[in-house]
Amino acid sequence: MKARAFDYRRVASVAEALDAYAGCPGEARYLAGGQSLLPALNLRLDAPDLLIDIGRIDALRGIAVEGGALRIGALTRHAETLASDLIATHAPMLTEAAAYMAHPAIRNLGTMGGSLALADPASELPACMRALGAYIEITGPAGIRSVAADAFFRDLFETAIAPGEILSAVRVPLGRPNTRMRFDEIARRRGDYAMVGLAAHLVLAGDAVETARLAFCSVGPTPVRAPAAEAALAGRPLEPESIAAAKAALAGDLDPDDDDTLSAAARKHLAGVLLGRVLSGLGDGRLTAEAA
Amino acid sequence: MRRRGGGVSAATDSPGRGRYIGRGLPRPGAKRLLAGRGRYTDDVVLPRMLHAAFLRSPYAHARLGAIETAEAAAMPGVHAVLTGADFARICAPWTGTLSHFKGLRSAPQRPLPTDRVVWAGQPVVMVVAESRAEAEDALEVIGIDFEELEPVVDLDAARAADAPRIDADAPDNVLFRTRIEAGSTAEAFAEARSVAVDLRFGRHTAVTMEPRALVADYDPAEERLTVHQSTQTPYQFQDIYARHFGLSEARVRVIAPDVGGSFGMKLHLYHEDMAVVGASLLLKRPVKFTADRMEAFASDIHARDHRVRARLAFAEDGRMRAIEVDDVTGVGPFSAYPRTSAVEGNQVVRLIGAPYRLSDYRADLTVVAQNKVQMSQYRAVGHPIACAVTERLVDLAARELGLDPFEIRRRNYVTDTMYPHRTPSGYTFERLSLATCLDRLHALMDYPALRAEQAALRETGIHRGIGIATYVEITNPTPAFYGVGGAHISAQDGCVLKLTPAGDVACAISITEQGQGSEAIVGQIVAEGVGLDRDRVRVLTGDTETTPSGGATWACRGAGIGGETALQAARKLRARILEIAAAILQAEASALDIRDGAVTDADGSPRMTLTEVANLAYYRSDLLPPDVSPALTVAHHFAPRGYPFAFTNGIHGSLVEVDPETGLVRILKHWVVEDCGRIINPLLVDEQIRGGVVQGLGAAFFEECRYGETGQLLNGSMTDYLVPMACEMPDIVIRHVETPTQDTELGAKGCGEAGTAASSAAALNAVNDALLPLGAAVSQLPMTPERILRALGVV
Repeated sequence: MKARAFDYRRVASVAEALDAYAGCPGEARYLAGGQSLLPALNLRLDAPDLLIDIGRIDALRGIAVEGGALRIGALTRHAETLASDLIATHAPMLTEAAAYMAHPAIRNLGTMGGSLALADPASELPACMRALGAYIEITGPAGIRSVAADAFFRDLFETAIAPGEILSAVRVPLGRPNTRMRFDEIARRRGDYAMVGLAAHLVLAGDAVETARLAFCSVGPTPVRAPAAEAALAGRPLEPESIAAAKAALAGDLDPDDDDTLSAAARKHLAGVLLGRVLSGLGDGRLTAEAA
Repeated sequence: MRRRGGGVSAATDSPGRGRYIGRGLPRPGAKRLLAGRGRYTDDVVLPRMLHAAFLRSPYAHARLGAIETAEAAAMPGVHAVLTGADFARICAPWTGTLSHFKGLRSAPQRPLPTDRVVWAGQPVVMVVAESRAEAEDALEVIGIDFEELEPVVDLDAARAADAPRIDADAPDNVLFRTRIEAGSTAEAFAEARSVAVDLRFGRHTAVTMEPRALVADYDPAEERLTVHQSTQTPYQFQDIYARHFGLSEARVRVIAPDVGGSFGMKLHLYHEDMAVVGASLLLKRPVKFTADRMEAFASDIHARDHRVRARLAFAEDGRMRAIEVDDVTGVGPFSAYPRTSAVEGNQVVRLIGAPYRLSDYRADLTVVAQNKVQMSQYRAVGHPIACAVTERLVDLAARELGLDPFEIRRRNYVTDTMYPHRTPSGYTFERLSLATCLDRLHALMDYPALRAEQAALRETGIHRGIGIATYVEITNPTPAFYGVGGAHISAQDGCVLKLTPAGDVACAISITEQGQGSEAIVGQIVAEGVGLDRDRVRVLTGDTETTPSGGATWACRGAGIGGETALQAARKLRARILEIAAAILQAEASALDIRDGAVTDADGSPRMTLTEVANLAYYRSDLLPPDVSPALTVAHHFAPRGYPFAFTNGIHGSLVEVDPETGLVRILKHWVVEDCGRIINPLLVDEQIRGGVVQGLGAAFFEECRYGETGQLLNGSMTDYLVPMACEMPDIVIRHVETPTQDTELGAKGCGEAGTAASSAAALNAVNDALLPLGAAVSQLPMTPERILRALGVV
């Protein structure tokens, strides 16, 4: 399988990238790590006229704490996410998620921005962004705008990015000291798209859960929040009873489709199992898996 | 330890090791491949070479209407757009039947279809262009009128009286039926207790690292066709291309360069092969085709696809008495060529129950056509199905009787005093080591400790399962396998050895190399048989022009048949060397030996080097007496003539942990005790077993070609077709028992399929052992989380 012929242009700045896009009379695509785009081209599922390679734009790189947030540049490779001390300190959920993402060869090339812009609902990072309450920074001809992750993922492979705009960074609000987070997933093989994955983010007030943000991957067309399960946890200590309540409430939050390897019922069941295990693990050792 | 006189004595149950035979030496070619220096078919680039791409049917079953090719033909770089009609004139059709499968039917096949398509993915139009990309560009503008027909997908629906027929000229979709009957099973089941299974085995496929590829190069000046092809059977393809294109076989050369895996998948004829050869004949230029991964999933043979209902009658003392089997297998739209798609089912119904003493046996096989990819021989043909059916029945009987799985097997094996033993299905075993392997496995697993650990862990909510599975494996086939049915598939091998002027040995042999180490073991045998250093033997394979014709590599025959051929050829060369040396040294040849590359006295003192012997024969033959020939090239051909097959045996153990909440299974450990007769290279036998085990575990847990109701293959990529990967695979512990065959001096049998034959069965028994306390059982492979959760009643 060979891609249809296309033009290729490497750009040095975001401005140059935007100009190249605007100047393309046909279809243009931004190329970052290429781990999803290039297979799509080779399969001829996509056949743009122009690839604009943004992979060398320094402004899209870098991981830093600034303005009360952890800013992660769009070109951050998954391998860098996995290795970053700043990420491990401020958003360890992402470190955990990166370890589940495909295999080292893919992690060496695939990027944070590419994964989020593609918005594959089976991917780990989109769910993490929703659970973290992150903001997605989008740069376009009119400047930079910021979109909450909850508003960013609109439908299957559809995001708030308008044609020609570039996802330039994500901002993760710095957590309070009493924040607990975890990413985990259930997959048939290491590195596969998960049967179900969960990004869980809890803020505690004393013994009680103040707010819970639970975002699942692989259960719908977008990463899916679980408001009923979150509500079942809020205001209560994290203990077997509240976890059981959250698992029970979860059934109303998720509405996955059947597919040919996993029925909707099995997927919902697995989501409940995963929720129980992740919450038990977040109980700081006071809860065992069996208790959940 | 150095052994004398070639040092191969097979007539013992515990053979010693020779200088090279029995040594775990690394493959000489492995470093080259690891260094990226391999030369695979896709690396072959010829002057004026063109590239082929195929437009494939999106429908599983459709009538073919008008094909619009004019726009494609005018695209940049396009040299030809070819359809079925173009090939009908130059290529005789092929039919996948053999006379020893009485009643087997199949529709004649042509390179590209002229009236109907019968599976989704079938090549319909071929574009030949300057580059593959340009060929694919042209595919996009070809228009085909398809009239959809009702697809035949499900095994039962295919057999319904009103089912649409895939072959319009056939009365139904059943390609082959056979029944095997010995004794009276009805009587046995009336008198005894019994257990029953209804097992389903999914389709899977080979997923070779190197996909199918060929470069056909027809030279009209010499009227000579050269085909570079990723195959395990170059002689078979030489015969096929010559016969079907009406060429003289002497003018057809097939070269198999480095081959990146085959597993039986690369010995079947594919429509694209014939189209590429035909295109080269038509265009008089080299044409290359390399299947991409999606094409591999949609056109490489698939394997398995069985539903087997079976029952076992047994006495109160655990003695097994009778088995009844009904195997229905789906093989795709036609029977594969030239080996047929009846072999797998035939081996299933003949291997079930084989390791055990049975008085009565009856088996029915029904081979059914469907609008899916063709199904045919793949590593361990039929064995994993037969093994799983048998071993699950045995475990169920043990459970009924409260017997341990080891004990019931011990009580029922064919015993050492019974050989040669003929099974009710008609196979004859020269000698197996069933009880020895069983005992070795028991100790190797530390079985009592595993059971104790299992019981203790169950108290803590951890559900481990232990399963074992005995296999017998068909190896070293005689012409009884294919030749008697009329196939031009050789059961013999040929080997030519040359002592070069420099005193090295060049070996050309008809078995072939696909990464398993065929060349490595031949080199070891020749080095030992002649008496020189291993690194002075160079082995050449895979070229019909430069190697003797023979069977090549399939069905576990390389070591047993090719190895014996090499050994006897080495004996001949050794005799020639000694005759020449004796004439020069004025000694009796019988008083001389060859060791470490030198002719020696009987006591080992060197008299002259092989280099000196060769120099003399090549450059100073005037010094030889007139009655002593200077020839230092010998040839030998060998075909097994004793038992129709050399059966091997062994046993697998599997330890798994089932998570009843998720349906996921962790494969914790796998053990194999195997007996492939004389071992030539234990390192390579271990790796054959290990790779085979992994393929079997893939079938048990991961690999499945899934079809939708309209006959669409739902998973055609490595993203959604799950091959077993290192993270999920357990440590595999292997031990050997050696029972050499007496049919050859070497005593080697095959080992290539032993890993695959029983690993899925052992895993099936292990998972069911884990599920037993939960009141659940699985009866379908692969054992996916969904299927396990359903068995548990969780969903």
